[in-house]
Amino acid sequence: MSGIVPDPIARQPWRMLFPLFVLIGFGALVLFSAAGGSWEPYASSHVIRFLVFLPMAFVISMFSRELAQFFAFPVYIVIIVMLMAVEAIGFVGGGSQRWLDLGFMQLQPSELMKPGLVLVLARFYANLPIGLIPTWRSVVPAAALIGAPVALVLLQPDLGTSLALAFGGAVVMFVAGLPLRWFLAAGAAAAVLAPIAFFFGLQPYQQRRVFTFLDPESDPLGDGYHITQSKIAIGSGGLSGKGFNEGSQSHLNYLPEPQTDFIFSTMAEEWGFIGGLVVIAAFAMILGWGLKTARESQDRFGKLLATGMTATIFFYVAINLMMVMGLAPVVGIPLPFMSHGGSSMMTNMICIGSLMMVARWNRRAPRTGLIS
Amino acid sequence: MGLRNRNKRRDIVSQTTLDNAFDRRTFTIGTAMGGLGVLLAARMGYIAIAENEKYELESESNRVNLSLIPPRRGWLLDRNGAPLASNRADFRVDIIPDRTPDPDRTVAVLTDILELDENQSADVLKRIEDSPGFQPVEVASGLKYDQFAAVSVRLPDLPGVVPQRGFSRFYPTGPSVGHLIGYVGPANAEEYEEQDRNPLLITPGYKIGKDALEQQFELDLRGIPGARRVEVTASGRIVRDLETREDVQGDPVRLTIDGPLQDYAARRIGLESGSCVVMDCETGDVLCMSSMPSFDPNSFSQGIGRVEYAMLRDDERVPLRNKVLKGLYPPGSTVKPMHCMAFLDAGVKPEETIVCGGGRRIGNRFFNCWSNHGSVDMAKAIYQSCDSYFYHFAQQVGFDHVAKWAHKMGLGEEFPLPVTSQFYGTVPDPAWKKKKFDQDWQPYDTVNSSIGQGYYLTSPLQLAVMSARLATGNRVMPRLRLTDEKPKFEHFDFSPEEIGYVRQAMSDTVNGPGTAGRARLPFDDILMAGKTGTAQVVSLSISNGKTGPWKYRDHGLFVFFAPFDKPKYAGAVVIEHGGGSGSAYPIARDVMTFMFDPAKGMEALRPLEEQWGGTAQERLNQKYRAYAAAAGEAVPPVPERDEDIFDQVEAEARVAARQPEAIAEEANPSRVDTRSAQEVSEDTNSARPTSPGSTPQATPADDPE
Repeated sequence: MSGIVPDPIARQPWRMLFPLFVLIGFGALVLFSAAGGSWEPYASSHVIRFLVFLPMAFVISMFSRELAQFFAFPVYIVIIVMLMAVEAIGFVGGGSQRWLDLGFMQLQPSELMKPGLVLVLARFYANLPIGLIPTWRSVVPAAALIGAPVALVLLQPDLGTSLALAFGGAVVMFVAGLPLRWFLAAGAAAAVLAPIAFFFGLQPYQQRRVFTFLDPESDPLGDGYHITQSKIAIGSGGLSGKGFNEGSQSHLNYLPEPQTDFIFSTMAEEWGFIGGLVVIAAFAMILGWGLKTARESQDRFGKLLATGMTATIFFYVAINLMMVMGLAPVVGIPLPFMSHGGSSMMTNMICIGSLMMVARWNRRAPRTGLIS
Repeated sequence: MGLRNRNKRRDIVSQTTLDNAFDRRTFTIGTAMGGLGVLLAARMGYIAIAENEKYELESESNRVNLSLIPPRRGWLLDRNGAPLASNRADFRVDIIPDRTPDPDRTVAVLTDILELDENQSADVLKRIEDSPGFQPVEVASGLKYDQFAAVSVRLPDLPGVVPQRGFSRFYPTGPSVGHLIGYVGPANAEEYEEQDRNPLLITPGYKIGKDALEQQFELDLRGIPGARRVEVTASGRIVRDLETREDVQGDPVRLTIDGPLQDYAARRIGLESGSCVVMDCETGDVLCMSSMPSFDPNSFSQGIGRVEYAMLRDDERVPLRNKVLKGLYPPGSTVKPMHCMAFLDAGVKPEETIVCGGGRRIGNRFFNCWSNHGSVDMAKAIYQSCDSYFYHFAQQVGFDHVAKWAHKMGLGEEFPLPVTSQFYGTVPDPAWKKKKFDQDWQPYDTVNSSIGQGYYLTSPLQLAVMSARLATGNRVMPRLRLTDEKPKFEHFDFSPEEIGYVRQAMSDTVNGPGTAGRARLPFDDILMAGKTGTAQVVSLSISNGKTGPWKYRDHGLFVFFAPFDKPKYAGAVVIEHGGGSGSAYPIARDVMTFMFDPAKGMEALRPLEEQWGGTAQERLNQKYRAYAAAAGEAVPPVPERDEDIFDQVEAEARVAARQPEAIAEEANPSRVDTRSAQEVSEDTNSARPTSPGSTPQATPADDPE
């Protein structure tokens, strides 16, 4: 709001937008290299998608609180219907399917569900009478809201996305103020049920991935290949990397999926530890801004919405980085803002848009308002 | 209690507590996020900096592929430096089954490009099926450059196909050296494991010695592989060459074998199944050890076809067995001169006579001789091969003593030769019989053994060694690898007179009133000494041994040395089921003729080969075609031989080399060849018109019966 910079620009959340542009630009460079030193096919479409979704995020940020609240349930229901449609098409087609072909892009409804679920939960808790928070009436509807899409996505089967949904939902419930004991109890129950679920609920290939994660060297050419090659890429980068466009692991195809799931490895090979720190720092700034937005929000809906959106982005980042460094099993989750891929870009830009929306509400709210 | 709790909790929850909880919990979440961020940064630092060295190495080993260049195999040379086994440049196409998703289709495409016939592509598919998968399977070798290039440009459509430019093993005289030299082939899984998984062994196109000398001298012949460092993609596609180190060819191994003689002897055996060994009496050098019929090691080394292998396997004349080392035959009368040496050692005087009345009574039984010889002394016993004499004196000195000398003369012994296996046979004696059959030695055992029958079993190599030791009185040891030093042999305790006596008697066998008059050499000044032998295969009640089914005919044997008074060469010929010694000594005669006068030797061989239908190689090829035709398989025509350099070890080459001095100097100045194939072919062509052109003196008196 100073004199030199026009107000509409100055009031944008540059604390978040600047690292975001850094990530997108850096991602484009890495994608350029991953394509063997070419803008096609990854880097150019990456930038174009960003240029499409950034205005979309700004449009989202214009929504009023009332509008967002109003649309929460209809949006949720529409996405649930789309998930069921995917299920039906997959069933008819005789194989698993995760996307709807919209002609101009392939839409993964499960991706849309991540912000959608956060939105609907925020809406649910914002309007729940405070007195009901410690009762079953705060849990059962929320559990149903989370359970339905998680179950549908698990059927696809897509473990990574269903975990992301559950994580986003759980974070919203957590910050909604539900008694801590419930979370501890649920955590204990999960600890007991996890092994059972592992042996009876997971597909053999998923079980193998977990085993491989625990001991990647046991089968370096088979299931451990991804993790081993990713660690080689990161490790061989050293402090400052092999140099732009010089990564042998990605250029000679040793690294699987160098443009999507393992883009961080591709980056780390060429830019080294320093590049890695830049990426982690950029994410820290974005996520920090997201949390700050949540904390500064004056109303419950905004708080929950912003926290949930931040958690959703965080889940992507954390799982992806842990995976490429050999700290988590291979679960096919891309790195936000860097990986090549439309659905992931869309989800994360919706999250960013929602956060910007809450940030805008914060600016407008009376600074000393005690009541939302 | 429960009610109170509920009330209490409800009191606590309010807008403020919720806001406080929110603040606390988002702070917790923020801390967790930050913590994880720090953890990830630390983890990355650990991988990228602490373990950087390790991962950099792994990245390099990913990127750089060291592919071995198979070393050229060392040559096997004959005693004059001419190659018995060499290499020739070769374009080849391999296929790696593991990397070929659809072998049927790929082989079909290759069949088309390389113009293979159905038989060959069936062989390739079978080999792909049998192979361990990681190991390349040869599709075709000896390709033309055009075919090679045609495959190379289609590589993107042919996953797992590897075109190679390499060297293939070549044996110029083919079947003549098959048993002696062995062959080469790709290492099998066991050999790969045995040799510590040496990566060279699974390098496409690399072949190791599989039998005989090729196997024995493997480490000498192997050489040092070259290496090519290339940058490769994960799928193995080569991006660029980094550096190349040339291979070092394996050392040549020089043998005592005389290439042309080996070839001649093998060819002279002709249609018979048998073997011929010739040794140098002074050094123990094995000059030839031919075993026929044989296989063509070139076929084996190129990966023998299924039909050709079946032909060899099913042949009753066992072309896959080296009869020199692993053929065991009763020596028959060939041991008689050696037995005489044992008698002399026991104090029997040569002049002592016995009377052969068509046989002799030993103990309480009468044993037949093959004829009625009247009064017989030692010399007559040898040249007339009188059995009675041996019945008598073997009984007199005791067979223990005779057996001791048989061992000293090399029978029942193994020799320190670089061969994969040799059978040592049997020299019977009382202790042996007791151990083997738990029976006491009987007089009839002495009688049978005294004339080389009964339990006696010897290999042709042993007979040749016996002959050399007999001729010189020295404990001559055979050797196959040529060295400059002249070996010293222990001398047996015989007087020159005693040795001379036996030599004379054996010379009389051939040149006097003996059993092998037709074995006389066609020279006035060189006399060959020898001893015939006939070994019964089945009892006389089944066959007379001379005619009838091949399997029932007697083995024909002949041991010899020449010149008889100053023995230089000694040897043995054994013809399986030849119907008697008459099948063996003409071969010995011609081989020794060739030794002293190659042109005369060839004159004897040429009409025979015309009659038999070509050289051993040609007959083998014809036989294969006939066999394949009978099996309903098509066989490609035998490729033309265009590399005259290799003719040096063929029997004909010796003729060319022994032309009058002037021409010979020009034709073949040095046995160690330094010239190009072109020059050699010009030289030999100019030097040879005398041999095939001139009309040979046909019909030697003794065509094989």
